[in-house]
Amino acid sequence: MRFMMIVIPKGYEAAAPDAVPSAEAVAKMMEYNKSLQKAGVLLALDGLLPPSTGARISYKDGKATVTDGPFAEAKEVIGGYWIIQVRSREEALEWAKRAPMSNDEIIEVRQIHEMGDFPADVQKAAEGFSDLPNAAAARP
Amino acid sequence: MSDVHRTIEAVWKIESTRLIAGIARVTRDIGIAEELAQDALVAALEQWPEEGIPEKPAAWLMTAAKRRAIDALRRDQMLEQKHGEVARELELKQQRLADALVEILDQVIDDDILRLIFTACHPVLAMEGRIALTLRLVGGLTTLEIARAFLVPEKTMGQRIFRAKRTLSEAHVPFETPRGEELRTRIGSVLAVVYLIFNEGYTATSGEEWMRPTLCEEALRLGRILAELLPGESEVHGLLALMELQASRTAARKGPEGEPVLLLEQDRSLWDYTQIERGMTALRRAQQMGGGAGSYALQAAIAACHARARSAEETDWERIILLYDALVQISPSPIVVLNRAVAVGLARGPVDGLDALDHLGQEPALAGYHLLHGIRGDLLMKLGRFAEAREEIERALAMTQNRQEQVLLRKKLNEMPKE
Repeated sequence: MRFMMIVIPKGYEAAAPDAVPSAEAVAKMMEYNKSLQKAGVLLALDGLLPPSTGARISYKDGKATVTDGPFAEAKEVIGGYWIIQVRSREEALEWAKRAPMSNDEIIEVRQIHEMGDFPADVQKAAEGFSDLPNAAAARP
Repeated sequence: MSDVHRTIEAVWKIESTRLIAGIARVTRDIGIAEELAQDALVAALEQWPEEGIPEKPAAWLMTAAKRRAIDALRRDQMLEQKHGEVARELELKQQRLADALVEILDQVIDDDILRLIFTACHPVLAMEGRIALTLRLVGGLTTLEIARAFLVPEKTMGQRIFRAKRTLSEAHVPFETPRGEELRTRIGSVLAVVYLIFNEGYTATSGEEWMRPTLCEEALRLGRILAELLPGESEVHGLLALMELQASRTAARKGPEGEPVLLLEQDRSLWDYTQIERGMTALRRAQQMGGGAGSYALQAAIAACHARARSAEETDWERIILLYDALVQISPSPIVVLNRAVAVGLARGPVDGLDALDHLGQEPALAGYHLLHGIRGDLLMKLGRFAEAREEIERALAMTQNRQEQVLLRKKLNEMPKE
């Protein structure tokens, strides 16, 4: 089973567009990433630029409205994620507990829905997915 | 199971490999190391529900194992004293062991894990012993979990593990990473164990289920661990690529009723393209290291041809035949020749396919192998030779123990036009 560990760093909602983590924080994070990799559980990971460089698109009556970051009303924003493959929810929680987070930071752990879990009609609706750019990435 | 027990189990699965590997560096015997680690687990099961999960569970377990080791030594000491050994010397021995275990507490190194893997996959053991020990010591699975995965009673699996540990101990197998020439063959043994675990999961040989995903995931995890520990070995990346590419089709291999769906009939939109990407990356790594002609890398390259084709019709069969030709050169197994014949049948038509199969009829290794007859049946059917096709499929049906495969073959028989 796969889980996404979503990092919600403290204060990231207000971080400057050019904010970068300290070398010390990065070194600690690399050590943690390495431990995930050595345990054979790490599938993917990424860090996200601050929300002030992003945008939110909201939808109403078929109309999409773009609001540039930072998002004044947001209290918690995503800073990055890991995707891990483990054998139980508890194992995912244990890995999350080991992450080098600072005071009041949060990691949200969520299981990934596998295509095989969906009922047949949903799977049918997902057909043609392989034509998306995602699939093209698999081509050398 | 209570929440805290599930948490302890999770901690065990994360920590047990390093714990056993670290202790084994001191005890030089993985059987004893595992017992001590198990003792530590028992202590955790007793104390953690009361006291809560410790902040550093790994260090806690290692300390508990150390205490048990010293207790065990004291017991031995009393026995040995009867044999007249000087008490002072034994005290020193006890102190040394305690010191050594304290020292390894924070520095279990990659080499320890590698030594553990090489020892569990030692050629002195029967293959099933290697598989069981690897899942137990490196995978952190319980005996019951391994027994369930292989559909044998827990007791049988327990005995298999016990015998394997005893064999290692009796043969005085050193706890070390082989060097030089021996390293090559021993890596081969490790990779074979991992791939057998994968295949047992990917194509369950018997029983109700067509796949047992737990074993596939476990093999993939072992493959990723090995790629970290032996980054310079191209075949490790080749095997990882092969497993990722095959496993990427998991969701598409099972129909709504749980029946198997064969590669060419699969709905390719259900393939896991992020997993395919991981497989392609591992394959490129193997090839860049100059390992493209290795057995696993070639098989991965064949799987990659399928992964790249948007539909079954777009498959580059001629390239697949070339890859099989290369594979026949290095591992001329009848199964490889059989698979090559399938590719020939698809690339150049059923007559050529049957031709490529004909050399295999007398192959003793394929006697009783249902796929040979299944494939021949398919090709004959395409040629409209239904009576012969029916005969072949019936033969295949009688040879397989897997119920889902039986269902598939029966369906073919039912759909075959009468002549």
